[in-house]
Amino acid sequence: MLKLDNVTKVYKTGTFGGESLPAVRKVSFEIRPGEVTALIGESGSGKSTLGKMILRLEPVTSGTITYEGTDIARLKGKRLREYYRHVQGVFQDPFSSYNPVFRADRVFATIKRSYFPSVSNAEWHERVETSLKSVGLNPVDVLNKFTHQLSGGQLQRILIARALLLDIKVLVADEIISMIDASTRVDVLNLLSNLKARGLGVLFITHDLSLGNYISERTIILRRGVIVEMGATQKVFDNPQHEYTKMLLTAVPQLHKKWEAGLEPELAAMGVNAQDDGRPGRYSRSSLHPLANMHARKGRREFAEHELAEGLLRTDTYLRTHEEVPPLVEIEDDHFVVESTRVH
Amino acid sequence: MALEVDHLQLCYRTLRGDVRAVDDVTFTIDDGEIMGLAGESGCGKSTLGNGLVRMDVRMRQLAGRVELDGEELPISDEKAMRSFRFKSVSIVPQYAMSALNPTRRVGKMVSELLKSRGFDYKSALPELERRVKLVGLDADVLKRYPIELSGGMKQRVVMVISTLLNPSLLIADEVTSALDVSTQRAVGEMLLEFRDRKFVKSTMVITHDVSILAQVADTILVMYAGKLAEKASADVVINSPLHPYTQLLISSLPEVGVRHDEHTLVGIPGRPPPLLNPPAGCRFRDRCPFAFDRCAEEPPFMEVKPGHSVACWLRTKGAAPAGGAEPC
Repeated sequence: MLKLDNVTKVYKTGTFGGESLPAVRKVSFEIRPGEVTALIGESGSGKSTLGKMILRLEPVTSGTITYEGTDIARLKGKRLREYYRHVQGVFQDPFSSYNPVFRADRVFATIKRSYFPSVSNAEWHERVETSLKSVGLNPVDVLNKFTHQLSGGQLQRILIARALLLDIKVLVADEIISMIDASTRVDVLNLLSNLKARGLGVLFITHDLSLGNYISERTIILRRGVIVEMGATQKVFDNPQHEYTKMLLTAVPQLHKKWEAGLEPELAAMGVNAQDDGRPGRYSRSSLHPLANMHARKGRREFAEHELAEGLLRTDTYLRTHEEVPPLVEIEDDHFVVESTRVH
Repeated sequence: MALEVDHLQLCYRTLRGDVRAVDDVTFTIDDGEIMGLAGESGCGKSTLGNGLVRMDVRMRQLAGRVELDGEELPISDEKAMRSFRFKSVSIVPQYAMSALNPTRRVGKMVSELLKSRGFDYKSALPELERRVKLVGLDADVLKRYPIELSGGMKQRVVMVISTLLNPSLLIADEVTSALDVSTQRAVGEMLLEFRDRKFVKSTMVITHDVSILAQVADTILVMYAGKLAEKASADVVINSPLHPYTQLLISSLPEVGVRHDEHTLVGIPGRPPPLLNPPAGCRFRDRCPFAFDRCAEEPPFMEVKPGHSVACWLRTKGAAPAGGAEPC
């Protein structure tokens, strides 16, 4: 439905744009109807930039994004508006998505003005109520309220309800639950998951793997703007191949498993013997992740993280020094890993 | 006992009346203990944390007493608190990223801070550099402006500065919320390391993310609408919570491996009551699936098992309803 083909984004930085910063490099994937695609990466991985390019908030430097066969970069005027009828986004901070001066339900009025000027007020009101109910909100609770009177979860759901009023096919959800309370988070997640039953394609952008795993069919792991691992969610989670995916998995705080314990399976998976920990640290401080530095001293754990960190360092060095992006290799059906850094 | 809080009540003065954000709160933190403080937004957890360090002008202490290492902490007296702040009680604020002065280099800022407390920057410098290195940063961050540091770096710099004078109590307010998972882990482990190295005697970690507390905290205190709901060791709160609120809060967390198709989690419907005129009785009553008649009275916060306190009529001996509506 929505297809990204070798999409690259280079930001110009520095005085007079003299330096260039590649934020996204040759990323290709597809958002399919009825599927949640989780795009996972940390700050600076280019995940939000991808979301913005799909929503045409940022132009693409090279490559193409096509929707139903048309390149979205060429859309203008009426056709662009039609595009937004089908593709909408919801962002991280619900409080800054609204104008606090107006009531929150103004977002519905603006939709009506631009897309449905001929619909009668009574019918519109009915549609708004149906849409609110479909996202699990009681219209009486949220209509005619100002943003400060509503909770973060309610505000996010209003934005989703707004998108649903249009004939949307693709929803870009950029970290939409990181600012809402734990108690309502899961409701918004369930809602997203229910949307796919309506045939929507959802791009769920997050840094938290457990959330991605909870709702997505497909997972894409992004590191420094490059896809390092991609495939069916269950395959990526049950059989992570890339060091970065593994590291993200061990770092997720879990209720019933301490961080330390998280490394034991890693040790076993890499065939590392528990007695093998006499190796001195060889960290290159500047280029490694803070995590690796933190653990330079910690005995046996050091070794496992050391291996991960080294693998990660290899990838990072490769990505920094090479213009071209290493190709993805299919290691099993619907499970791709970046080539140069495959674990053997 | 490093910290003893006894029947503390804190409120915000507003034109419409007092908002009691912390209402009759009693707890202790032992030496070397990391206590997690959990709850939704608007439960008073940040108010409690801020109140122990600095009350802003809207805040008033209505009742109660706070003792740190056997000495009373004059939390309502802005001037008297000056001698405690930074030296014996220190905070890493919610937005540590904006806690640094943007117009000063980090080192300059620290030197001004030390001078204001009567310490000498030069003699503290070796220790400062050692700690900066300990958290995985280069010593030259001291020569940089905050704008040159990333979010995670700033967070760690603030933590080092806050604990430089080895305070007895460190309050870490949502220190991991704005960070990536791997930086979250690094910061979480820093909290443990600072405790182990005795940079701080005890720590209070405020967060809405219970899974972080599962990693770092020894005990967990759950607050709801300004009141204490449950307190026990981290293990007990996570594996066998007794308060319905804690149970729902924990069951709503997605864990790695849980998938929506197989196991749909549910949130807690509704939101905490406004604290301007809080409802009488148990404040969780409206959202609680187990509420019964007795809940119209306020449940006492009492110990039901050794080291496990809870404020719920279901758990108070002899008060369970005839039908026996047993949660879980």
